[in-house]
Amino acid sequence: MKTIAGVAAVITITGVAQAQDLTIYTYDSFVSEWGPGPKVEAAFEAECGCDLALVGIEDGAALLARVRLEGSRSDADLVLGLDTNLIGAARETGLFAPHGIEPELDLPIAWADEIFVPYDWGFFAFVTETGQNRPTNFQSLADSDTSIIIQDPRSSTPGLGLLMWVKAAYGDEALGVWEGLADNIVTVTKGWSEAYGLFLEGEADMVLSYTTSPAYHLIAEEDGSKMAVAFDEGHYMQIEVAAKLASSDAPDLADSFLEFMLSEAFQEIIPTTNWMYPAKIPEAGLPDGFDTLITPQNPLLFSAEEADALRDEALSEWLTALSR
Amino acid sequence: MADRAQPLSARAGIWAAAGVAALIFGAFAAVIWRAEAGRGLGPSDWAALRFTVVQAALSALLSVGFAIPVARALARRRFPGRRALIAVMGAPFILPVIVAVLGLIEVFGRSGWVSQALGFLGVPPLQIYGFHGVILAHVFFNLPLATRLILQGWQEVPAERFRLAAQLGVDRWAMTRLIEIPMLRKVVPGALAVIFAICLTSFAVALILGGGPRATTIELAIYQAFRFDFDLGRAALLAGIQIVLTTGAAVVALRLGQGDSFGGGLDRAVRRWDATSRLARQIDTLWILLGTVFLLLPLLAITLSGLPGLADLPSSVWQAAATSLLVATLSTVLVLLLTLPMAVAIAFGRDRLVEVSGFLGLAASPLVIGTGLFVLIRPVADPMALVIPVTAGVNALTVLPFALRILVPRVKDIVEGQSRLALTLGITGQNFVRLVLLPRMRAQLGFTAGLATALSIGDLGVITLFADPDIATLPLQIYRLMGAYRMEAAAGASLLLLILSFGTFWLLDRGGRGHAET
Repeated sequence: MKTIAGVAAVITITGVAQAQDLTIYTYDSFVSEWGPGPKVEAAFEAECGCDLALVGIEDGAALLARVRLEGSRSDADLVLGLDTNLIGAARETGLFAPHGIEPELDLPIAWADEIFVPYDWGFFAFVTETGQNRPTNFQSLADSDTSIIIQDPRSSTPGLGLLMWVKAAYGDEALGVWEGLADNIVTVTKGWSEAYGLFLEGEADMVLSYTTSPAYHLIAEEDGSKMAVAFDEGHYMQIEVAAKLASSDAPDLADSFLEFMLSEAFQEIIPTTNWMYPAKIPEAGLPDGFDTLITPQNPLLFSAEEADALRDEALSEWLTALSR
Repeated sequence: MADRAQPLSARAGIWAAAGVAALIFGAFAAVIWRAEAGRGLGPSDWAALRFTVVQAALSALLSVGFAIPVARALARRRFPGRRALIAVMGAPFILPVIVAVLGLIEVFGRSGWVSQALGFLGVPPLQIYGFHGVILAHVFFNLPLATRLILQGWQEVPAERFRLAAQLGVDRWAMTRLIEIPMLRKVVPGALAVIFAICLTSFAVALILGGGPRATTIELAIYQAFRFDFDLGRAALLAGIQIVLTTGAAVVALRLGQGDSFGGGLDRAVRRWDATSRLARQIDTLWILLGTVFLLLPLLAITLSGLPGLADLPSSVWQAAATSLLVATLSTVLVLLLTLPMAVAIAFGRDRLVEVSGFLGLAASPLVIGTGLFVLIRPVADPMALVIPVTAGVNALTVLPFALRILVPRVKDIVEGQSRLALTLGITGQNFVRLVLLPRMRAQLGFTAGLATALSIGDLGVITLFADPDIATLPLQIYRLMGAYRMEAAAGASLLLLILSFGTFWLLDRGGRGHAET
C-alpha cells in the first residue's frame, strides 16, 4: 500500500504544474532562448514583482486548438501569438475576454478590437540564399523546379498566412495555383521553427518566413547570405495579437501585461528577437539592418471577418491540391 | 479440462480479460457515439485512407520481399556471429520509433551520410520526407521481423528433406520448387498480413517523416483533428474508420499468421548440400551484409551524433526521462497483473481468451483508444491531469498480446506438470502461485517485464493527445526539441532513450534468467 501511495504522490507532483502568478501560452519560437521570451519575462517580472511563466505550445494555430481543448480548465491567463486570420475562430470560442486598455499603435492599418491586442507585425515572404535567381511570383514558382518548405495551415500561422496570400492574390484560381505548387513543396511542417530549421540545414531552396527574417542573419550573425524574395503579387501581412482568457484567475495582472506589451520595454525587444516590426515603434527607431529589408509595394490583408469566412474554403482547396 | 479440480481458479483471469475488453470496447463505443459526419469525408480524408492502405501494403511487400533472400542466406550459412545477428534482429521491436527515425534521417536525409557520399559522385541528395521516407522507416522496422518469421519457416523444414533431396541429386531449381516455394507459400502470407496490420496503425513515423497532406495516415489524421482543430467529432469519425480498417486486417492476420514471432530454435543453421557454388555463397554473403548494414547504420548514426549532446542535456530531458520511467513502471506492473491471471485462465482451458486478446491487441490502435478515453473522461475530469495513468494503461494494452504469447506456453507446462502433485499436497490458490507458479516463471516474467518496460519507455503515441505543455515523456520531449530545432539536444536525448529502453530490457530480462539458471 505504501508503494501505491508513493506512486500516487509522484503522479500528483509531476502532473500538476507549479502555480505561477501569470501564465502565458505562446508559440515555440517566442520562448526559445534566442527569442523574446527570456528578456520579456525578466523585464515584466522586474516591473510587476510577480512570477511570469511563458509556455511554448508549437505554433499559433495549434496554440488556439490547445486553448480550445483545455477550455475553461486552462492554466493560462493570456494567449500571445494568434493573428488576424485566427481572430474569428478565437472569438467564436467565447474563451477570451475584452482587454481593459487603450492601445496606441503604429500599425500600417487602423486597429479597433476590444479583445485582441496587436504586439508586432510583418510581411510573409519566401527566404532564400542571397544572389540566387528565384521565381518572383507564384505562377513562375509553380512552373519552376525550385523547392520550398511551407508550414501546415492547420497548425501554424505562417502556413495559414500563405493560404490567405494565395487567396488574396488569385481568388477563385487559388486551387489551380496550389496544384501547380504541389510538386515544389518538399515537406509541410507543423510549425515555423521546424520549417526554418530544415531550410537552414539545406533541405530546400526557399522557406516560407518573413521579409524581416534576413535581418536576423544580418544582425545576430553578421551574415548577409539570406534574402527575402519580393513577389509581384504583393505580400500578405501578419498582425500578431495577444488576448486575455475569460477563465483567468488574475485578470488585472493580465491587463497589466497587455499594457506592458505595448510599452517601450517590450516593443524594443521585438525587432531583434522576434524579428518582426514592433506594433509601436520604439523611440530609438528600428535597429540598423532593417533598412536593408525589402518593403512590399502592395500589402495584402483580409480583415478578421473576411479571413474567417475564407478559411474553410481555402483550407479545403489546399488539402485537395496537396493530397493528389 | 476446465471441469477437473484445479489448484487455481480461472476467475481472476476472466475478470482481467473482461476488464481489458470493456476498456477497449468502451473506447470504441465512445468513438462511435461521438463521431460526427460533419463535413463528411473530404478529399484529404480519402487521401489519408488511401495513403494508409497503400503505404502499409507497400511496406509489407518490400519488407517481406527483402526478407526472403536475407532469411534464405541466414538459413543456409553458418558463420561466427550468426546467432548474435539473429538476436539483434529482434532489437527493432523494442527500438523507440523516434530514435530510429532520427537515425534514418542522419543516414538517408538530405544532409545525411548517403547524400554526402552521393554528393562526391555529383548525384543530387536524397529526400527522406514524404511517402518514401515513411516506407523506408517501415521497412527498417519490419524487415527484421519478416526475416525472423521467414527464417522460422526455413528452420521448420525437416533437415532430412534437404538431405534426401541431395542424395537424389535434385538440382537447385527443383529443390527451390519442391521444398522452398511450398514453404514460402505457407509462411509469406502470414508475414505480409502481420506487417500490413502493424503499418496500418503507424503514427510516429508518419508524424515525423510524413505529415503533409500527401503523407498522412489515418492515425496521424486523428492526431491532427485533435491538435490542430480540436474537433472531437471528426477525430472520432476518423477513429471509426480506423477501427473498421484495423479489425479487418487483424482478422486476416490472425487467420494467416500462425506460429509466434519470437522464434525458438532460430540459431540452428540447416545443413545444405545445394548452394555450395561460389556465386551462391557470394550472393548470400551480400544479402546478409546488406541486411546488417541497413539495420545497424542508423543505430550507429544516432550513437555518434548523440554522444556530444549527452554530456549537457537540458534539465527538461532528465525530467522527461523520469516521467517515462514512471509511466513504464506503471505500465509494466499493469501488464503483469493483467496477463498472469489471464495466462492461468488460458492454461485452464479458456483458450478463447487468447484469441480475443490477441485480436483486440492488433485491432486497437493507441490513438483510437486515446480518443475514446478522452471522450469518456472529459465530462467528468480533466483528461490532461490523467496523462500518466492513461499513457501507462494504453501502453499496457498494446503489450498485452505479446505478453500472453510469452507467458501462456510456460504456464501451460507448469500446470500440466505440477497441478496433480500440488493438489495432492493441498497447495492451492495463493500458495500455488507463490510456491509453484512464480518461481518457475522468472525467465518469462523477466522477459515480459523487459518488453513492456522498453516498449512503454519508447512509445510516442497517445501521450501526444494528452500531454499538456509542462509534462512530457522522453520521446515527446525529443519530438519537441526537434520541433524547436535543437538537434544536438534531440540527438543526445535520443541516445539516452536508446540506453534506457535497451538497458531496462536487458536488466529485467537478465534478472529473470539469472535466477532461472541457478
